[in-house]
Amino acid sequence: MNIPSELKFTRSHEWLKDLGNGTFEIGISDFAQHELGDLVFVNLPQEGDAITADEPFADVESVKAVSDIYSPVSATVTEINEEVLDAPESINSNAYEAWFVRVENVTETAELLSAEEYEAFLNEEA
Amino acid sequence: MKLIFERSVEGRNLTLLPKCDVETAALPEGLARTSALNLPEVGECDISRHYTELAKGAHGVNDGFYPLGSCTMKYNPKVNEQAAALPGFADIHPLQSVETVQGALKSLVLAEELFGEITGMDNVSFQPAAGAHGEFTGIMLIKAYHESRGDSKRTKIIVPDSAHGTNPASANMAGYTIVSIPSNEEGCVDLEKLKAAVGDDTAGLMLTNPNTVGVFDKNILEITKIVHDAGGLNYYDGANLNAVMGVARPGDMGFDVVHLNLHKTFSTPHGGGGPGSGAVGCKSILTPFLPLPRAIRNGDKYELLTKNETSFGRVKEFYGNYLVVIKALTYVLTLGAEGIREAAQIAVLNANYMMNGLKDAYEMAYPGFCMHEFVMTLEGMKKEYGVSAMDVAKSLIDHGIHPPTMYFPLIVHEALMIEPTETESKETLDEAIEALCAIASEAKSNPEAVISAPHTTPISRPDEVGAARNPKLRYEF
Repeated sequence: MNIPSELKFTRSHEWLKDLGNGTFEIGISDFAQHELGDLVFVNLPQEGDAITADEPFADVESVKAVSDIYSPVSATVTEINEEVLDAPESINSNAYEAWFVRVENVTETAELLSAEEYEAFLNEEA
Repeated sequence: MKLIFERSVEGRNLTLLPKCDVETAALPEGLARTSALNLPEVGECDISRHYTELAKGAHGVNDGFYPLGSCTMKYNPKVNEQAAALPGFADIHPLQSVETVQGALKSLVLAEELFGEITGMDNVSFQPAAGAHGEFTGIMLIKAYHESRGDSKRTKIIVPDSAHGTNPASANMAGYTIVSIPSNEEGCVDLEKLKAAVGDDTAGLMLTNPNTVGVFDKNILEITKIVHDAGGLNYYDGANLNAVMGVARPGDMGFDVVHLNLHKTFSTPHGGGGPGSGAVGCKSILTPFLPLPRAIRNGDKYELLTKNETSFGRVKEFYGNYLVVIKALTYVLTLGAEGIREAAQIAVLNANYMMNGLKDAYEMAYPGFCMHEFVMTLEGMKKEYGVSAMDVAKSLIDHGIHPPTMYFPLIVHEALMIEPTETESKETLDEAIEALCAIASEAKSNPEAVISAPHTTPISRPDEVGAARNPKLRYEF
């Protein structure tokens, strides 16, 4: 299972990457994309939107179902990844490259797991 | 098999239109099309064969077993069609004066009485066209109720995570924020989570009981009380009413509003054969807000109530899919009180019979007894043999059985949800059990055969991912 050590994770399978200067990137884990199966549609917030920790900020659609994506932080969206909108399959091919949004002004953080903790959590679940 | 467009031969048309005997008028500038309509040109014989061929490739309740979970694909009795085709029902117009359609209005008043009795509700509207439309109507009633009391802080609707996706969608359309609460280990409402979720911002709870895993929530009275105590109202999703009709009533469980799928529970055609009818029943506290018109009795006359100040508005033109109501009414009158109850009992018996027959071959998500449907999890089979719920569903097609509901409810992984309904014979159930057991053993001995199923259909597996990512919505010819 691919779990990059520099990322933080949520129990709902999102990852958070610190880009420095108070900017963060959010995406979904390799485990999540595998469980969801082939993604065919992604819905993202707009630049400037406020998102809230532990609340849905995006959704992804596979052939099976539509699933909410929960935010690991309360923050302001500064950039969205147009590439995942155009090619949802990029999330399936590389979940850690295919970020959803970049955010700033983080005011609150959900309970986050380190890579080791997330791996242990996945083993426990499976 | 050829498409109708591929059968088209230029100039080969069937001109059966009668000569125009009224004055013609030209369309306004800019509205008239400038080129001829591009339609396929085929002879009557070819078009008839084309549609017969299409029908042969389809699978309906008249073709074979159709155990689509949570959809109640029961048989549609022919007597329903006969009743709905009677000229007094079929050859009338909604704008006819009420004195000339007394019988039709009487049938609606009778239907309201009977469906009110079955659900334990005081009044019923037949305007909503289908299930989710009924949900939306029900939630709008709850909204109108709170607004009429000046209670504007109630902005949230609570929905358990086992609910049909239409529940949160309907509440969202009505302008509410959704609070999803997780289910407990039995797949039922977690009382502590519910208590923590309710408050003075709770407009209501939407619940399906028995729920989508086929379990009757034994805490139902406490659940509806928790919501009432917080000032909210309780909405009953009638998707699974077939399990309890004539036995238990939503009105007695503490629900204030309910929708019924006449096209499921009350045997009218479903899916492509519809249209549906999502009748909404409510307690008298919500009656003032019901959509209009409604048929009412006034002494020995029947009238259409078309105006009042408090109705939240119309959800469909006229009074819904009227003839569907006639078919459902025919069903209820044919079965009678005893028959309605017996239908529910046999629906539950049939589901338990199938569940028991399959429990050695498949893992049940919630072992024990079920109501009218049960959910199997193929997670173990997928891990061990690489055969998924999708593969087993596809394989069933080769056995002449419509696949059950797959990958729902979302809280069960690799789910297959089976609802046999009461209209299937023991022989049909035995054949289905045998087919499913044969597939389970093939999954072990020759998984490749199951993974590549179906083998007997014109198309094996359409590229669903490709179709969703690059939809081609127009056929060019």
